[in-house]
Amino acid sequence: MGEGTVVGTVETPVGTGVSRRRFIGYLIAAPTLVAGAQLAADSAKAAIPTVQPVDLYDLSDLLTDAARPTANLITIAVNPDGTVSFALPRAEVGQGITTAVAMTIAEEMDVPVDRVRVTLADARPELVWNQITGGSNTMHAIFTPVRTAAAVARGALLEAAANQLGVSAAELTIRDGVITAPGGATVTIGSLSKLAAVSENVTVRAQLKPRSQFRVVGKPQRRVDALDIVTGRKRFAMDLDVAGAKPTMVCRPPTINGTARSIRNLAQVKAMPGITDVAIIPHTRYVAGGVAVRGDTFGQCIDAIRALNVDWGPGTVEGKSDATVLADLKNAELPMAPPVNLLAKTIEQKFTFQFRAGDPLETNTAIADVKPGRAEIWSSLKTPIWAQEQIALNLGIPITGVKVHVTEGGGSFGRHLFADAAFEAAAISQKLGKPVKLLWHRTASFRQGRVHPMTTSRVRATYLGGNVLTFEQRNTAVATDWGHGFGEVISALGATPPGANLGYSQAIFNLTANVPYDFGVVTQLLNEIYEANTFNTSAVRNVYSPDVTTPRELLIDQLAKAMGQDAYRFRRSFLRDARMRAVLDKVAQVGNWGRAMPAGTAQGLGVHREYKGYCACLVEIDCRPATVNRSIPNAHTGPRVTKAVCAVDVGLPVNPLGLEAQMMGGIMDGIGQVLSYSLHLKDGHFLEGSWDAAFYTRQWNTPGDLQVIVMPPTADEPGGAGEFSVAPSMAATACAYARATGTMPTTFPVNHNRANLGFTPAPTVPPVPASPTDGLQKAY
Amino acid sequence: MPQHTFILNGNRVTVDCAGDVRLLWVLNDLLGVHGPKYGCGVGVCQACTCHINGKAFNTCAVPVSQIKATDRITTIEGLAASVGKPLHPVQQAWLDNDVAQCGYCQPGQIMAATAKIKQIKAQGRSVTDADLDQIRNVCRCGTYPRIRKAIKEASAKM
Repeated sequence: MGEGTVVGTVETPVGTGVSRRRFIGYLIAAPTLVAGAQLAADSAKAAIPTVQPVDLYDLSDLLTDAARPTANLITIAVNPDGTVSFALPRAEVGQGITTAVAMTIAEEMDVPVDRVRVTLADARPELVWNQITGGSNTMHAIFTPVRTAAAVARGALLEAAANQLGVSAAELTIRDGVITAPGGATVTIGSLSKLAAVSENVTVRAQLKPRSQFRVVGKPQRRVDALDIVTGRKRFAMDLDVAGAKPTMVCRPPTINGTARSIRNLAQVKAMPGITDVAIIPHTRYVAGGVAVRGDTFGQCIDAIRALNVDWGPGTVEGKSDATVLADLKNAELPMAPPVNLLAKTIEQKFTFQFRAGDPLETNTAIADVKPGRAEIWSSLKTPIWAQEQIALNLGIPITGVKVHVTEGGGSFGRHLFADAAFEAAAISQKLGKPVKLLWHRTASFRQGRVHPMTTSRVRATYLGGNVLTFEQRNTAVATDWGHGFGEVISALGATPPGANLGYSQAIFNLTANVPYDFGVVTQLLNEIYEANTFNTSAVRNVYSPDVTTPRELLIDQLAKAMGQDAYRFRRSFLRDARMRAVLDKVAQVGNWGRAMPAGTAQGLGVHREYKGYCACLVEIDCRPATVNRSIPNAHTGPRVTKAVCAVDVGLPVNPLGLEAQMMGGIMDGIGQVLSYSLHLKDGHFLEGSWDAAFYTRQWNTPGDLQVIVMPPTADEPGGAGEFSVAPSMAATACAYARATGTMPTTFPVNHNRANLGFTPAPTVPPVPASPTDGLQKAY
Repeated sequence: MPQHTFILNGNRVTVDCAGDVRLLWVLNDLLGVHGPKYGCGVGVCQACTCHINGKAFNTCAVPVSQIKATDRITTIEGLAASVGKPLHPVQQAWLDNDVAQCGYCQPGQIMAATAKIKQIKAQGRSVTDADLDQIRNVCRCGTYPRIRKAIKEASAKM
């Protein structure tokens, strides 16, 4: 803690016997005020009730419980200049948590949001499970600890002000960082930061502000980093100036996870302009590897990579293609349950979800400076403690010698749960004995980077009379890799034995997959194929839920039709939770469900429950030939979602503007995954290597009409948001597509098996295309 | 090593490097100008978009040898100064609509949008949805709808 600061910490209730708003915190011994926190701990229809374990305990509970034992290790400091600082032990990757946390602190301390400085904490091993960013869990896990620490700091400031002004603390008011006495005398919190400081830790009771007095939480707030972004000042890993850390790129193998055996023209490439180093980096469990090239500019690294002549060994998926993986999935399908009622009618479907890249716009980037016995790393990391441990292990140096800085991330979508860039940069820096700034080329990012695993889903429902008797779902997928520390949380909380990836996968599937309808007997199971590091996979945005929700909602449309009911009315009558019905009703009303539409266009609905919240989407799609074949130069067009309406209930909305942004982004993801965004696997490698080959949603696919409705508060705490709308928007888009075309789409994206790829795959050797030289001719 | 001189955000700069190095890397790696972002290196994602003499272009697709001493290169860092204001109207519209999420693509989005609006206005018309559909900049966070709104608003003020 710097000279001249005040600090507050936190304690939350243990068990349920403690009143919700009484929390214990600490004033921490420091030259200025430092406060800490300590945390402890409807269905009246005739439909046949469904009860799933996930109704009682889900992934959000698990992650929040995992963070709880160390929640008291967060501190908020008040600085002499009147600002308040907090080093957030999470990764900001665009989801807006730095803004939401700044709002939370501002609310509790009655300081302006722009006086709160939220930075990203370095790896702090003592936090154990309380420095993992995943499962859209940040606000759910840290809202109360942060409020408690802030409330403790506020209380200490009021006490110090009371002493100085000669009145009792109860008579003081605090607003915008200024404390005012009844007679009008004022004192700023900055001037009190030393006076409020304590010389030894003191336990105090914190009184949290009641929701009725909120002035900041729940009001739209622009991002705290918006000005830095629009002026080009926001710094990502790539933009940091670390002495000697020269641009470094890796020449990748022609097939996934291949290994470089030897370099046939080492001397020639080393002599190329600007190149300082060339070295083989072996492929390991956590390092993609290849041939690393370090030079004065990334452009020269690209040229060197293209010039390299490498003898490559085989990768981990030699000869595999979409068709062979699909066949392997089919062989691993789990059986459905025996029928419960022989008189019931059955509806079933099978769906295939192709590989999808988890690429953010910032490719894997890290700076590493490895010296004998120590290392310093900068990267966007969602599991920095695990990264620190692994780097120490890989480099053979003590963990205390590894300093890991978490940088602002340019998107994540699951890519940063692993520390691919950090591990590789550390390995290269150690091998070269020099600092490196590692950047993955986009082509490598698509072809060797982590993907959403290919998945099949079989769904079957039986119904009799007006009731659904059973709903079964069997998903079979290429293994999602949980080797990044997230899995260890599951083991630590007793959900599965340590070390078994399939166990982690099934635990997370069971903690997230759900059927929010009263469909009688419900079973949902996951099986996975291959070892976790066969393909490079990860928990891509919304993880299993898109491929669980989309089949379910498509089948529900079929069920409704078979049972002679409207798709909205059917859903409404079987949903078992009032909050879920409320978001569905909202999108149906705002989206004008059931309005007359021209042939070839249609509406679709999708609902999803996760992250302690409820989300529904309604989309309208246009599948008429004139739209599908509209001409945009060099663009993949296809069917167009013309309108999307999303309603979300996250319990307590902290920042409605940020929530709206996250729902918007998830909808773009959902649209892409239904219509156009996938990777094609052929002969052990992916064909896509650029954004003009992997058809993620672009402006020409964007709905012209998008409305997001943030529902009023339904709880005292926020749920999750960052991934929430992917599944329901994907389901709604798929349902709209089925209705508009009068077909049942069974492969996603629907264009995956097109006759014409629509792009020419770049070669795999050399592994990256040359940079163009025609930029000026295209200037506009 | 050959020397390359041009006007960067109003200041004359000279850099020593091979002529085939693309301008993006000259800016990022040699001049320490980090607003233009790498997103693909093949002229697709548009994250590195800057202006040359007021026109938008991909800096990853132009060897520095093609830049003349009289060429005015503007990056996001110099955009506001190019109109003599604390913020360009497009930047202000981005703030007003809270467009950004992670922010990585946004310097390129803003530079592209600014040139697009100027181009459309020079044709004596206003921005249409068809114009917006042709913007190629990738945003993986999916901020597209707010970008569309911000461009329409900024265009009304330019």
